[in-house]
Amino acid sequence: MTSVRPLRPPPPKDLPSLHGRAMDNLAFIRNTMEAAGSFTAVSGWGMVAIGILAVIVAVIASQVPSEAAALNVWLAAAILSPLMMIWAMVQKARAAKMPLLSGPGRKFVLSFSPPMFVGAVLTIVLYRAGFAVAIPGVWLLLYGTAVVAGGAFSVKIVPVMGLCFMAAGCIALFSPAAWNDWILGAAFGGLHIAFGIPIARSHGG
Amino acid sequence: MAKNGAARDDARSQGPVKGAAARKPAKKPEELDRLIHERLRLGIVSALAVNDSLSFSDLKKLMSTTDGNLSVHARKLEEAEYIACTKSFEGRMPKTQYRLTASGRRALERYLDHMEALIRATRDR
Repeated sequence: MTSVRPLRPPPPKDLPSLHGRAMDNLAFIRNTMEAAGSFTAVSGWGMVAIGILAVIVAVIASQVPSEAAALNVWLAAAILSPLMMIWAMVQKARAAKMPLLSGPGRKFVLSFSPPMFVGAVLTIVLYRAGFAVAIPGVWLLLYGTAVVAGGAFSVKIVPVMGLCFMAAGCIALFSPAAWNDWILGAAFGGLHIAFGIPIARSHGG
Repeated sequence: MAKNGAARDDARSQGPVKGAAARKPAKKPEELDRLIHERLRLGIVSALAVNDSLSFSDLKKLMSTTDGNLSVHARKLEEAEYIACTKSFEGRMPKTQYRLTASGRRALERYLDHMEALIRATRDR
């Protein structure tokens, strides 16, 4: 009996491994780049702008007659600040020709968002429960938590800033209510400016 | 020891590419850059591609390697002018800073193109 010889020879056995190794090399390059590249799209100048806004808001909030009105002023700033930061981050990413949501950027957003969501929910709960006095401390504590969590994928200075916010939150929670506006101003204003300038200088804007 | 390891990796890296070139004579793929194909050197170049510069200790931590191994591979890349090394003092401590050169960046881009071409070629078969 004659042997049957296929017209097309079977693919060489090393083909899948060649493909696999090429894929493995590309994955290695991507992983190394992600591990080495800190998320520098956090805008230092955006932080400085938010800090200046927070100082202005602290002055306004300290002069309004009621606690509810002061809270509304801070809420307006809390809505405006993320928009300012997103705009600044988009500008920075464009200038650096880097995708905004690259690997580390995506991780930053995913880690940063849950504490911010919790902060928004707790604000409503505390306000309804008539415990608005605790809101500034909770904001600072959860904002700090978000910054620490997101900052794990960012430049080293970012999680340090988060820890400072958490410390400010603890101070606010155990301080007299009359100090709240000033603590918010000092933390959201002072810390953003103090950390924003070195980030802007060392990490491209 | 590191040099031997690198040499073994270099030798291993040549095999499949030569095989691929032999199988597809009509479109001979560009020769693989053996210098950055080795894992640690590829890691150094990739890490420097996303940073202006990195210190010796940054790279050592990132690559989870030893001083000797890193310095051998960094020296090879430096000799090929893929990376540039700057030595300075921070107080009394010596500091070695590495950055990727233009030719190093081009080499990485060529390497990426090469890997993508290999994937395309093996997928098409």
